Order: sequence, then C-alpha cells, then structure tokens
Amino acid sequence: MKMMKMSLPLAGLMMVAAPFAAAQQINAAGATFPAVIYQKWFDEYHKMHADVQINYQSIGSGGGIAQLTAGTVEFGASDMPMTDEQISKLSVKPLHFPSVLGGVVPTYNIAGITQELKFTSETLSGIFLGTIAKWDDPRLAKDNPGVKFPKADIQVVHRSDGSGTTFVWTDYLSKVNPDWKSKVGANTSVNWPVGLGGKGNEGVAGTVKQTPNSIGYVELIYAVQNKMAYGSVKNASGNFVKADFNSVTEAAAAAAKNIPDDFRVSITNAAGKNAYPISTFTWLLIPSHIPDAAKATTIKAFLQWMLADGQKYAAGLSYASLPKEVIAKEAKQIAKIQ
Amino acid sequence: MMRGNLTWRKSVNAVMLSVTAIFTVLAVSTLFLILGYLVYYGGRSLDWNFFTKLPLPPGEIGGGMANAIVGSLEIVGVAALIGLPFGFLAGIYLSEFEDKMFCPLVRYVADLLNGIPSIVVGLLAWTLVVVPTRSFSGLAGSIALAAMLIPIVTRQTEQFLREVPLSLREAALALGASKWKTIATVVVPAGSKGILTGMILGIARIAGESAPLLFTAFNNQFWGGGITQPTASLPVMIYSHAIAPYDDWHRQAWAAGLVLIGMVLIANIAARLVLARGISVPRA
Amino acid sequence: MATPAVADTTATRRQTTQTGDIAARLITLAFAASIILITLLLVWQLWSQSAPTRHKFGLAFLFSSTWNPVTEEFGALPFVYGTVVTSVLALLISVPLGLGSAIFLAELAPAGISNTLTFLIELLAAIPSVIYGLLALFTLVPLMRDYGEPFLKSTLGFLPLFKGPVYGFGLLTGGMVLSIMTIPFIISVSREALLAVPREQREAALALGATRWESTWQIVVPYAKLGILGSIFLGLARALGETMAVTMVIGNDPKIVASLFAPGYSIAAVIANEFSEATGRVYQSALIELGLVLFLLTIIINGFARLMILATTKKGSKR
Repeated sequence: MKMMKMSLPLAGLMMVAAPFAAAQQINAAGATFPAVIYQKWFDEYHKMHADVQINYQSIGSGGGIAQLTAGTVEFGASDMPMTDEQISKLSVKPLHFPSVLGGVVPTYNIAGITQELKFTSETLSGIFLGTIAKWDDPRLAKDNPGVKFPKADIQVVHRSDGSGTTFVWTDYLSKVNPDWKSKVGANTSVNWPVGLGGKGNEGVAGTVKQTPNSIGYVELIYAVQNKMAYGSVKNASGNFVKADFNSVTEAAAAAAKNIPDDFRVSITNAAGKNAYPISTFTWLLIPSHIPDAAKATTIKAFLQWMLADGQKYAAGLSYASLPKEVIAKEAKQIAKIQ
Repeated sequence: MMRGNLTWRKSVNAVMLSVTAIFTVLAVSTLFLILGYLVYYGGRSLDWNFFTKLPLPPGEIGGGMANAIVGSLEIVGVAALIGLPFGFLAGIYLSEFEDKMFCPLVRYVADLLNGIPSIVVGLLAWTLVVVPTRSFSGLAGSIALAAMLIPIVTRQTEQFLREVPLSLREAALALGASKWKTIATVVVPAGSKGILTGMILGIARIAGESAPLLFTAFNNQFWGGGITQPTASLPVMIYSHAIAPYDDWHRQAWAAGLVLIGMVLIANIAARLVLARGISVPRA
Repeated sequence: MATPAVADTTATRRQTTQTGDIAARLITLAFAASIILITLLLVWQLWSQSAPTRHKFGLAFLFSSTWNPVTEEFGALPFVYGTVVTSVLALLISVPLGLGSAIFLAELAPAGISNTLTFLIELLAAIPSVIYGLLALFTLVPLMRDYGEPFLKSTLGFLPLFKGPVYGFGLLTGGMVLSIMTIPFIISVSREALLAVPREQREAALALGATRWESTWQIVVPYAKLGILGSIFLGLARALGETMAVTMVIGNDPKIVASLFAPGYSIAAVIANEFSEATGRVYQSALIELGLVLFLLTIIINGFARLMILATTKKGSKR
C-alpha cells in the first residue's frame, strides 16, 4: 500500500526525466580557474545545440585529474599540466588542449584602501610565508608610497583543495624566490605556512571578500566580477604590471612560438616589458580515445567551436584568447581524438 | 538563624529558576533567530526565477535552482522508495517475531548504521556505486540516503508496533487469524500513525543532507539525463553558492535555504501533529 | 465428527495459514538480516579501502601531523585535533545550557509550556547541517571576527588559547556552531531522563522541606545522571560527525595550533573538501582511513551513550 503510494510519484518523475534522457549528457570536472568562461561556453553551446548538455563542475584541477583517472567524467580540466606520473595512471592517454589564457592576481580587502597596490616577488613571498605579518610593514610601504596601511594583521587566504591556480602562483614564487622554492615549493597542494583555506577560486574570493584585511590569489575574473581590488606585480623586466588581456597575451607570446607538441608549458615570470608575470594557459584534458562515438563527435565539435568562436568570449570575461600559433597547432590535435 | 538560612535557600531557588528559564529561552530563541534570518534573507530572494530557471554562468544574474529542486525530489524520492519498505519490513520483524539472539543483534547493528557519519556514507557510496558504474549519479546519492533512512524507519516502526497493546493481537488470534494476517490487518494499522510519523521524519532528515551527495550525485548545471546522471540538489547548491563570492549566488543560497527549511519544518510539524502527542527526538 | 471434506479444508486452511506465516517471517527476516549485511559491507569497505595507508603507516598514521598529498605523507593528528577541540568546545557551551534548560523543562516549568518549548527545541535538531553552515558563515563568522574574538582577546589574551590573529573562521567558531547543533539532543534526552525519575524521590525531598531547586539539583539530577551523561555522549557523537556546518567555518587549515582563533580542520571537513580530488590509491585510502577513524570514534561514543541510557531505564524500572 505504501509502496504503491511511492511508485506513482516516481513514475511521474521518470516521465519528467525521460525527454531529457534523449539529450546528450557529457560530464566534465576540473579547474575553478577557467570555470567562469567554461560555464559560459557550455551554456552558449547548449543554447546553440539544445540536445547537448556539457555539465562542468568546478572542483579544482586536482579534482579534474582525479575524476578523469577514475573514469567518472568524460574529460577534465586543469591549470597545471598533468605530470608524466599522473598520465601513466590513465589507461587512455589524455591530450592537453589549451583553452584560454588567464592571470592569477593578488586580491585584497583592506579597510580604507581603494587604490591599487604594488607587489613584488619579495612582498608576495613574505606575506604568504608569514614573514610579513602586518599590513603596515615597511617592505610594503616601500613599494607603495603614499598609501596609508592599517596597523592590522594580514589575513592570508589560500586554497584548501588541490589547485592548478595554486600551482601557477607557487610556480611563479618558486622561480623568483629561492627561499620560497626551498620552504614551500610549487605544486597543486603545498604546505602553507599561514592562512585560511578556501575551496576553489570561488571559496578564496568569497573569503577575501568577507574578511577585512585579507589577501588571497585568484584568477582575474573572480576579482573583477566581484569588484574586489587587486594589485599589480613587478615582472622580470622590472615593471609593475596589472593583469589584463594585453599583459597576459604578452606573457604567452614567447612560449606560443615554441609550444611543445603536447602543449605542456609554464609561462610564469615570462620575459616581456609589459608581460604579466603570473599568467598561465589552462588545459582541457581530453582522452585520446572516447568509446562513445556520438560523444566523441560532440566533443570534437565543441573543441573546434572553442578554438574559433569560443575565443571571442575571453576578453569580456577578463581572460585572454589563445595565440594564433597555438590555435593552429591545436586544431591538428583534434584529429587525434578517436 | 533558620530564617536567614531559609531566605538564602529561597533566593537560590528563585535565581536558579530564572537562570534555567533564561537558558531555555536562549535555546528556543536560537530557533527563532535561525528561522528569522532565513525568512528575512530568503524571503527577499525568492522570486519566480528561482523556481523556474536553471543556474546561469558565474557572474550572471537571474539564474535559479529549478533543476536542484526537481533533483532533490528525485533523489529523495528514490531513496524513500528503497529505504521505506526496507525499514518498514525490518521493523515488523523486530517487533513481531522475537528472536532472542538475532533481534538484539539487528538492533545494535541498526544503531551502528545510524551512527555512521553522513560523509562516510557518501564516501562508501562512491566506492560501491560511483566507481564501478564509472559515473556520478543521482541514484548513487539515493542509495547513500537510503542507507541513512533504513535504520531510522526500522527503529520507529518497531517502536510503534510494540506500543500496540498485546490484547489486540490476542483478540485477532483468538478469532482465528493467522499471524501474518494479524500483523497486516490489525497491528500495523493500529501503529500506522506512529510508523507514518517515523517515515515522514526520516525523509525530512535525509532531504536536508548534503554531505552524502557531494561525491555521489555530484551536481549539474542542466536538467541532466535523469537519475543515472549527475543530479543537482538543493543542499549541495546551497553549499556551493554560499562559499562563492557572488552576491547573487548568496541571495540564491538564502532562498534555497528557506525552501529547504520550509519543507523540513512542515514535514516535522505535520508528523508530530499526526502523532498528536510529544515524542522524543529519534535516538540519534 | 468431521467428514473427510471438512477435515480437508481445515487442514488446507491451516497449511495456507502456516505458509503465510512462514512467508511473512522469512520476508521480514530477510530485510532485517540485510541491515546486518549492509552494515557489514560498509564496514568492510572502510577497512579494505584504507588498507594501503594502514599498511604504509600503521598506527603512526594517528600520531603524525604531516598532511602532504604531493609526497604522499599522511597523518591524522591535525584532523583528530580539530575534531576533538571543536566537539569539546561545543560540549562546554551546550552542556550547561542544555542541562539547565532540561532541568527547567522537566522540573520547574508547567507541563503545557514544557511540552511546547520542548517541541520547538526538537525542531532545532531537524534543521539540516548545511543551513547551520549558511547561517554561521554569514552571521556568526562576522560576529566573532568583529566582536566576539577581539573581546576574548582583550580580556583573556594572556592565555595561549586566545592569542594570534582573529579571522572569524576557526576552531572557536566551529565549536560554537556545533554547540547549537548539539543542544537539542542534550535537552531532549536529559529531559526524558529527568522525567523518568520516580515522583516519590521529589516528593520525599519536598516533604523534608527542600526547595524545588534543592530537590531537583540534589536528588533528581544525581538520580538521572546516567541518562544525562548518555545525552552528553549522544551530543558528542553527533558533533564528531558533523560535516557541512563545520567545513564552512573552520578555516580548512591542517595545523595544530594552541590558539582557538586559528583555522583548523576536522576529519569530516577534510574528507568533504579533498575526496573528489584524491588522486592515487594512497591519497584516497588516507581519506578513507580518516573515515574509519571517525566511524570508530562515533561507535565508541555512541556505545557509551546507549549503555548509560539503558542503565537509566533499568534503574527506573527497578522501582
């Protein structure tokens, strides 16, 4: 009697779900860094192809690689290229497809400060190592004359999950600061000396936004969309550069010409007068063999769209579009997906 | 001297009465604070979009959680489909067919199952369902929730069947009814109010669970392909939206919180009214 | 004397009755037994899936405070610390409040008010964890960061417990959220334990001239102390396993620091945050082993709780 009462609503729900079952569901997961533009892309793609639903969940680069390895998602996404060891764990070799360029910015929420702050590799390492513990530290004042810093503790916010954004940030700090390299190193997950952990770029941005006198590192769009202040960083040429379309593009320019065949490259601390030093490619991790032929076709079609029309969305969302050379090379890699 | 002592004792009495009363008021007022916040912030944020639209890409305003509402209903519905009959029949066994060794064992194990933290249940559903099927699915989430529902329903069913007076059973048996007929037509209907209460409370409990769904049902930006695919749910959406930086997402989290708490509270109040007498919180 | 025909129908009716009974028994038995099977399956999974880290680290896992997914060194100590600290904090707040309320509701308040208020308090137990987290994130964290923790720092800042930067997120806030979540359990079960104390006890005390408070505090409460203790263990077991509310406010940092203002991590929170990204068998099994540790902790505490509550009911029925 009770079972019958339950099965009627269920039948109703199944009927609701059935039409959607005809739609093609492709599941993906990974980096939060590009999540803003990915969600935009998949949303737009769905509007153009109503039967295709690419469900992307931003769980962090570590999550993308883990779920791809477990086989629970069709493709993954990461801001740190997969290591050889990670690749060896997959039964099907993954192909790296750079999707877009972006910059990791130091975003802060300091009482009374609306102007843009200047950071150097020393001050950034110091803050995240905990050696610069207060905002009114002279080392910060040196680079920011005229700024009235409060006498407050610096609340550091970092990632709690395995993050490609963390990799980019720590990769940069490791390149410019041997002290950082030996103490913390560069990876998706590091032993942070100080600070709160936020989950995803979203969590870090959310925490910084809520916590006075805090500083964190996020992809540019998260600071822009939430009207959060972010600083400029001194690059290898000695200029203080703020992350934007041009400075990020310039950071990729040199690497673009000589990008390796598997597209795994780091562009942090790039040469270039106005290159933003904490820039990165971000990759979609597509298996080289996709058993479901229909899904393979859809994914390949999406990739082609991404390399063409998709790139047009980058500027509006504070990312940078891929260099032409990279796009051309990637188009050839699409053919490698069986 | 006696009088002085008495005055002191009387004042202690009065003070402690007030202190404990204040403690009680504090405890109860947290409930009203919580409800107040939810009604205020959630009420402002509820709009037609929330119930009808899908989530929009981050930063865009005007999205909703239509898929999460339906997803929650699907996941909890299937969990109920699995868990309710299970717990119901197991409860009947414990109450009606007494077995000296076996029944205490089942009760103990049911309590064990009840005590497994919900995140661990989700973990295990991942290893047992998601990995072999190589897919996140609402069904995996339902299985995790069903595992939490079963001990609750079992205990409640047993408890209320036991409260049915022996005389009713004996009367039925004396009239020639078999044991199973007695159970089906006399005992269960007699205890049905309480059993129904237990079921409603159990469902309300699992409907609010978020942790077991994190790695089972995962989440979905779209309507999805049904329960065998990743499915959005209200609790998981609340979590992901609350920790994000977007004000619009916070707004939606409050709205979702209000909807969720509304459903849970209505279920709880309805269940207790059905029972029409105070019962204790189900032993955790 | 029955004719063969009538005798036949009686026999067949008895047979169908017996088959029906046997079938009912078997079916319901199957479901009851399945509960044991399910639980065994889950526990076996917990045990077997955590094998890689159990073999690699052995008991040292429980005492190591390194958590490094990259070098695959894992230790449970920071999480056990965070779990225990937040739970103990929760109890420190909720036990006095809860017991006081239970005493009021059971002994000192008129029956009608008592029942209504108890009903309302039990509704608190029905509120989902993620909603507690939502509220704590947007109301408690700013409150603690802007008022609560600075106040504690200025008054009790000489203690290592209240030193260090004030985030709002952290062990203290985690403990406070948990306290609100455990109060309904303590109130509900303690109240029942107090109500179960025989009337004669109270009446005897009052007859001897005790005030209501004295009769309650000196006679009734000690009589019910096992049940009250049981309620505390029950609340503790609940607090240990809480996930969502804790992970949203605890700060998510696997460190062991003396200060309560510091961000910490609990077992449930780290599983929730890191499981979906755990690559490699060792990482995964480390998290599953943490789940095993949590499970064992909750079983032990729950076991104590039930023993106490059982002892109380036996004691009550003795009279």
